[in-house]
Amino acid sequence: MNDIFPNLAIAYGEIFLAIAAMALLMVGVFKKNSVNLVSWLSVASITVALFLTVVSVNGTAFTFNNMFVADSFTNFMKILVLVAAALAVIMSREFFREEGDDRFEFPVLMVLATLGMMVMVSANDLMTLYMGIELQSLALYVLAAFKRDSERSTEAGLKYFVLGALSSGILLYGCSLVYGFIGSTNFNSIATAISGMDGSAAPIGAIIGLVFVLAGLAFKVSAVPFHMWTPDVYEGSQTPVTAFFSVAPKVAALALLARTLYVPFGDMSASWGQVVIFMAIASMVLGSFAAIMQTNIKRLMAYSSIGHVGFALLGIIAGNAVGLRGVMIYMAIYLLMNVGMFVCIMSMRRKEEGMVEDIGELSGLARNHPAMALAISIFMFSLAGVPPLAGFFAKWYVIVPIVTEGYYTLATIAVLSSVVGAYYYIRIVKIMYFDEPAEEFVAQKSFPMKVIAIAAAFLVVVFVVPQVSTPVLDGAANAAQALSQE
Amino acid sequence: MENFPLLSAITFLPLLGVLIILSIKGEEEIVARNAKNAALLTTIATFLFSMVLWFSFDQTTSDFQFVKEAEWLGGGISYKMGVDGISVLFVLLTTFIMPLCILCGWDTIKVRVKEYMIAFLLLETFMLGVFCTLDMVMFYVFFEAGLIPMFLIIGVWGGNNRVYAAYKLFLYTLLGSVLMLVAMLYMYGEAGTTDIEELMAYGFDPKAQIWLFLAFFASFAVKVPMWPVHTWLPDAHVQAPTAGSVILAGILLKMGGYGFLRFSLPMFPVASEELAWLIYLLSCIAIVYTSLVALRQTDMKKLIAYSSVAHMGFVTIGIFAFNVQGIEGSIVVMLAHGFVASALFLCVGVVYDRLHTRDIDRYGGLVHNMPKYALVFMFFTMASVGLPGTANFVGEVLVLVGIFKVSTWTTFFALTGVILGAAYMLYLYRRVVFGELTKDDVKAMLDMDKREILVFAPLIILTLWMGVYPSTFMDFIHVSVDNLVTQHEAAMATYHAATETLAQAAGN
Repeated sequence: MNDIFPNLAIAYGEIFLAIAAMALLMVGVFKKNSVNLVSWLSVASITVALFLTVVSVNGTAFTFNNMFVADSFTNFMKILVLVAAALAVIMSREFFREEGDDRFEFPVLMVLATLGMMVMVSANDLMTLYMGIELQSLALYVLAAFKRDSERSTEAGLKYFVLGALSSGILLYGCSLVYGFIGSTNFNSIATAISGMDGSAAPIGAIIGLVFVLAGLAFKVSAVPFHMWTPDVYEGSQTPVTAFFSVAPKVAALALLARTLYVPFGDMSASWGQVVIFMAIASMVLGSFAAIMQTNIKRLMAYSSIGHVGFALLGIIAGNAVGLRGVMIYMAIYLLMNVGMFVCIMSMRRKEEGMVEDIGELSGLARNHPAMALAISIFMFSLAGVPPLAGFFAKWYVIVPIVTEGYYTLATIAVLSSVVGAYYYIRIVKIMYFDEPAEEFVAQKSFPMKVIAIAAAFLVVVFVVPQVSTPVLDGAANAAQALSQE
Repeated sequence: MENFPLLSAITFLPLLGVLIILSIKGEEEIVARNAKNAALLTTIATFLFSMVLWFSFDQTTSDFQFVKEAEWLGGGISYKMGVDGISVLFVLLTTFIMPLCILCGWDTIKVRVKEYMIAFLLLETFMLGVFCTLDMVMFYVFFEAGLIPMFLIIGVWGGNNRVYAAYKLFLYTLLGSVLMLVAMLYMYGEAGTTDIEELMAYGFDPKAQIWLFLAFFASFAVKVPMWPVHTWLPDAHVQAPTAGSVILAGILLKMGGYGFLRFSLPMFPVASEELAWLIYLLSCIAIVYTSLVALRQTDMKKLIAYSSVAHMGFVTIGIFAFNVQGIEGSIVVMLAHGFVASALFLCVGVVYDRLHTRDIDRYGGLVHNMPKYALVFMFFTMASVGLPGTANFVGEVLVLVGIFKVSTWTTFFALTGVILGAAYMLYLYRRVVFGELTKDDVKAMLDMDKREILVFAPLIILTLWMGVYPSTFMDFIHVSVDNLVTQHEAAMATYHAATETLAQAAGN
């Protein structure tokens, strides 16, 4: 495996995206008024990267001195990341066309962040892990503060940066402890070393290091108690950025979290299990209770995303391939619901006021824009986990392995918190359907936006049909199998 | 015909209606008229389809019939439909009540007619799914999914305090159901299947049964509803539009009773027997307490809502009598209540449409200017009281016979409920229909028109039919209930034998 020249084939997607990002930057700099071009080219590059990723990986393969891994698990997660990124760029086009302040750096930063996420997903070494996270985070810090002259946006960017830097520090410290006590940064070597010394007797330094790494990753997925930045950043950033934040980095970070916990530290599950259980419970409970009082729809989605991460963590707690499959199905469905919902949020626009974000503005939407109200209510019921919508199955597939493993209390807390969550989701349905109509929004004219929203709503509804759900279920099952065998 | 998926066709036919209504475009008035017609035709077509069940159902076997199975979610979760003697009549009840519901909102629903009809058709699919499915996960999906249209029906077309009522309905039911979900997941993990037939034969550990039973109980007790989790029902009934109340009383409440018969009794026999005292206690409290509460109501719908809780108390008592009479009686009470409570809500709807109040004091002396209405209302008042010759009488007598074999005290309290039931219903009738016709606006009320009579006629016929010649219906039920009771007794015998062996082993 230690060839002189690394096997580049399995990293074609990443390599292509890195080159594409540079090229796009050049196009943007040297060609005047090329924002539109750069944006669509970046969508095209992401699509090509998606294609390269899918075709270049067959079975499990390592490269770059085992620091980089590609298998069907990384493929599944990369597909989610890339789809989310491409959709976010498309959504941003419409947003900036209306809002102005259209700059070519935006799509380029999105591509760079996406590249970082792909590296995170494929990381098989603490160094690759850190590199991926930093590439992603640095691009995201800038994206959060992209609206330079807005106080809220700069505040969001600064807050994200300061807290993000702190968490990176913690993560790095954890990595160094692990390296110091175990003697390697490679995931497979760490795994061999730990299994050699009998899990319970792992050196205390390694356990502390693991917890620090876990804390750093928890920050990236915004799991409680490392969630503080989420509502502010979600609210302050421009809506397409929030849409991007709410899906792609979460998918990437959860993939990384799953791999880190399963491969190198798989034999220390007794140590990390309780930490993850705490984070899952705290995220679910906080996510559902804190959202009740929110009046800003983006803040509400922030708390909602915290709750959903809590649910996704349940699958990791189960500690087997079935649980992992649950996590992946969860993220796929979560992507669908969130992207669709954010398209709807971006359609909340009035002639004079511009974008509005207050939940009260949705009042009586069912009279003025029945189709949009229907789409939002589909997403809301689905996020609440009401069958027969996709959100129910997402929850189903993470709770099944939890119950099979005997965590009854945990499962009960999870379903009860979903009832609390249902309260604020159906509040939005109530506002749209039961209240008196507010002033109309500007009708959404953009074709791609309509397509995304309708397609997402449609898929959420028909997920119950086996022909639709089977590819996702099978893909996730294969991917989970691949990871748990390493 | 052999391979035709009849149950799936019945269940999903309303969805076809939804698609048709969705495709209607144009001026509001035309859309409304076409939506109404499409909805009515769809529900009638569904009813006609379901009549095939009535004629070709084999009454001599307790096996599931018209079974169709297909791959669904993998891992033992399949798409499976089938009916037996216990569920077939509920399917027919649903398809029968639905056209009446559409008809009763014909003139009164004026805003967002299209959405109204869509909500009802969706609800029909989900309700039929609950009664037709033979897979636990599918059952849960249908059971929960019904909440969405019901939430919207109450919230959009309901009364003044509709938001509160809609929330209460949604959250109460969801809270109960998610606990059932955890129990279902446990069962899936234990048995490795979600097939209801296989789960019935699985035989869960008696210790686990208690927890599983309680979890399912949390869901079904809310749905039935049993005291003390019944408080969502009066609110929901009062705020719902007439057709919503009819569905709620006529069909949705039956899901709870059906759930007890389909899950609790056959799957957790030991826990059912051990916790029967709890059911008796709660049911007796429900019967006596809600009857007394009903006496004091000033709102007609609320009164009938409380009477529903009392009637459903009979159902739960009958189910947990564990004998053929009790269980058959409870099914008959459920069906009879489906006709009679629906009709009573429709009766309230008739006068509400004219005077726009449900306050009993605002009426009086209706017999003078609305003789036809007075007659219909009297018929259903008597039926609700359980007068011999009406369907309720048959059911209540069977339940009382069944429970008398098991517990005399429970019988005593249940009988008190019968007397109180007569009291509050007759009191209601006297205040609304008899007395002097003094109020001017009441004087101006017109008697029932043809459409309204058309809605009541089939209900009257069925109530009498079931009261005078119940065998037509009992023949459907009998074999399946007999089998249920035999299975239950066999399970209990095994359990007692096992505990005795254990006790002996401990003694040695």
